[in-house]
Amino acid sequence: MRSLVLQTAVRYLLPMLMLFSVYLLLRGHDSPGGGFVGGLAAGAAMALYALAMGPERAGNVLRIDPRLLLGAGLSLVIASGMTGMALGHPFLTGIWTHLEIPIAGELGSPLLFDLGVYLVVLGIITVIVLTLAED
Amino acid sequence: MAERVRTHASDASGRAAIHLAGWILAAAPAAATMWLVIAIWQRSDSSPLIWSWPWVPSLNVDLAFRLDGLSQLFALIITGVGSLIYLYSGGYLHRGEQPARYFLFLTVFMLAMLGLVLAENLITLLIFWELTSICSFLLIGHYHQRPAARSAAVQSLIVTSLGGQALLAAIILLHQVTDSLSMSDILTSGDVLRQDHRYTTILALILLAAATKSAQFPFHFWLPNAMEAPTPISAYLHSATMVTAGIYLLARFHPVLGETALWHDTVTSLCVITMLLGVWLAWRSDDLKRLLAYATIAGLAMMIFLLGLGTELAIQAALVYLVAHAAYKGTLFLVAGMVDHQAGSRSISQLRGLWRRMPLTAASAVLAALSMAGLPPALGFQGKEKFYEAAHQSPRLAIVFSTVAVLTGIGLVLAAGLAAVRPFFGSLPRGPDRIHEAGVTMLIGPVVLALLGVAMGIWHQPVADKLIAPATTTVVAHQVNVKLELWSGSAAILGLSVVSLAVGIAAYSVRAPLLRVTSWLRVLERVGPERWFTLASSGLEPSAAVITRTLQNGRLRFYVMMNPIVFVLAVGAVIVSDWDWSTVVGWPDIRLYEAILAVVILVGASRVVHAPTRLAAVIGLGVVGYGVALVFAMFGAPDVAMTQLAVETLVVILFVLVLYRLPHPRQLSSTWARIRDGSLAMAAGAIVTLLILGVTATQQPSRVAPFFREHALQEAHGRNIVNVILVDFRALDTFGEVTVLALAALGILALLRLPEGAQENR
Repeated sequence: MRSLVLQTAVRYLLPMLMLFSVYLLLRGHDSPGGGFVGGLAAGAAMALYALAMGPERAGNVLRIDPRLLLGAGLSLVIASGMTGMALGHPFLTGIWTHLEIPIAGELGSPLLFDLGVYLVVLGIITVIVLTLAED
Repeated sequence: MAERVRTHASDASGRAAIHLAGWILAAAPAAATMWLVIAIWQRSDSSPLIWSWPWVPSLNVDLAFRLDGLSQLFALIITGVGSLIYLYSGGYLHRGEQPARYFLFLTVFMLAMLGLVLAENLITLLIFWELTSICSFLLIGHYHQRPAARSAAVQSLIVTSLGGQALLAAIILLHQVTDSLSMSDILTSGDVLRQDHRYTTILALILLAAATKSAQFPFHFWLPNAMEAPTPISAYLHSATMVTAGIYLLARFHPVLGETALWHDTVTSLCVITMLLGVWLAWRSDDLKRLLAYATIAGLAMMIFLLGLGTELAIQAALVYLVAHAAYKGTLFLVAGMVDHQAGSRSISQLRGLWRRMPLTAASAVLAALSMAGLPPALGFQGKEKFYEAAHQSPRLAIVFSTVAVLTGIGLVLAAGLAAVRPFFGSLPRGPDRIHEAGVTMLIGPVVLALLGVAMGIWHQPVADKLIAPATTTVVAHQVNVKLELWSGSAAILGLSVVSLAVGIAAYSVRAPLLRVTSWLRVLERVGPERWFTLASSGLEPSAAVITRTLQNGRLRFYVMMNPIVFVLAVGAVIVSDWDWSTVVGWPDIRLYEAILAVVILVGASRVVHAPTRLAAVIGLGVVGYGVALVFAMFGAPDVAMTQLAVETLVVILFVLVLYRLPHPRQLSSTWARIRDGSLAMAAGAIVTLLILGVTATQQPSRVAPFFREHALQEAHGRNIVNVILVDFRALDTFGEVTVLALAALGILALLRLPEGAQENR
């Protein structure tokens, strides 16, 4: 089920959808969005790419083993929790820097946490979709 | 231990390293012993020392320790005997026997045991209590190549963790009654506890915990089997320290739970059985270690019995015997280990005349046997005299208790003879002349312990003043002075001692014919508690298999169906039985577009039920999902709506990917199955509708929403409350969820990548 139209479109769609998912991730703290939805959007983009181009090329465009995303995401989540601990607070205490960045607002450890969630969700979808779409 | 790895010259350096490890590791507990001795000698007041660090402050759990008369006595035994055990283990272990692991577990055990007797917070107590059980499990199973060691380890773990569960329940009840987890608070609320209606339950649970840990009837069977452990472990965990944790527990709670008729009756009657059973099984054993284990069971029962009597004299007797027992039983186990190590046998019927080859070992054994048989001047003599006296002066059933006490005394004399006299005297059997004394590292432990047992008996007044008196004071909760003496001043008690010694020696000389005459009693083993345990544990596996086959039958449709069935039955039952129908006032205002959306969702759902192909069903489901997402969007939950939309899209993609591979049958499912599934779905839907109507009809405003609205921006610096909850307020939940999701993904990956041949259970 390879479609030329879809294949052409998806080349432009993938970067835009990925950008959009990161945008969702960053704005999540103040407006609708967040790591979970961002991860889902990114995962959907990967699924679309895999449908159009086949799982091998989708794997290539990701460049890393999607299983690494799971580990990386979980490590970020833990790291975000440990930031509070390193400063003498309980595990998972939010640490804020008073540093404003565009879209996301104030920079703090919850953003790291959200990024971890984003990576885990993206990893799960990519793992499942790429494995299912194989052979 | 015939299958022990033989020592070779090549691993001489390895042996030296293990010896050195023993010496180095012994230094820490030895220093702790010195510190305790100095601290005990210098202290004059009896108020407990308390150290406390907050651990889980929100639950009142502190890492808190208390050093008082009772805990200092136990701590001294743990560190003192512990340092000798390290030394001995250095000589006992061979290089192939994983000494590093052994020393690690031994060290963890020693710390846990210290924590147990020093615990001031009940949760701290419980955690250390369970840790000792786990260490015991690991150490019994040290020779894990042997099936007997593995099953003994599992058995001891199951029995002792049953007690751990009981202790947890008791702690919860104690907390409910006294509203505190601190030992100091609980120790002052004895009157409240004894009058509470939960007193009986608490007492029963504490007794269960103590009986499993201290191997009392009907839980005694794990201790002889635990003799599969390396011998220093048997000496340390299974005679001197861990098995006395039950005694510690009962002594600790005696001020608040004791001094009632119930305490008195249950504790004494259980221990009378265990004492007689212990000495009875002891003299019939041929294995040196099993014999000592049965004698340990009897000795522990003696101490608990005395705690059950609860008079001041009885408590003194229990504590004196605790010290004497740790010294003599530790010595005898270590001696048994050396005999096994050097002569290669633990069989009482085979070992003879070893004193010629191992004079120091024999001397330690004889000194320890003096204490065990209750002969002067050993400390065991004073312990036994006080035991007889306490039984004799018991306010109730004095005759019965005295008889049982004397029978136990006879049994211990007999067991002491078998364990310490029999293997060493008589003529040495002919054979290879390689048997010789063990090295100095192994000898230090038993020699020191044996000498201590006698020295404490001769210079008994410092022991009485500095150790027994403060401990007794803690247990009876008022100031006590203790006098130990060689002559108790009562002719009756001395008479009982003489009788038990005489009968014990007589029984020793006629053991062989006695064994023959009573051999038919072996039948009883088939109906003993160990048999119950075996039956219960062997029945567990098949029944678990049946339950698993029924509930986890591998059919996805069954799993998906069980969810709504349980929901409909459980929630439906509540709704039918006590639902206040008047609260459901009717439908709120419905807008036109809401009605249209509802119709769209309903049409989608009915398409799913009628779908001719899988693809049609998936599309129908998609319609339902998108409709629900729109509902979220309309009612002010944009985050949920976005997530729902993304999930629906992905689900459709995943379905299509999976459907692509499935076979295409002519009919997806029978009409009957569709009617069943449809009605189940409608029932679940109806109940959810009722629930929502009920919830929206109640007038009470939510307290959660305003809290998050107030605190989200202030404390978590975010305006999107949903996200703030996810990544900040309830971040731990999210952390758990993403972990579960990641693991599920790995599980799916494993299932999908399985080679075709391995999927036979599909």
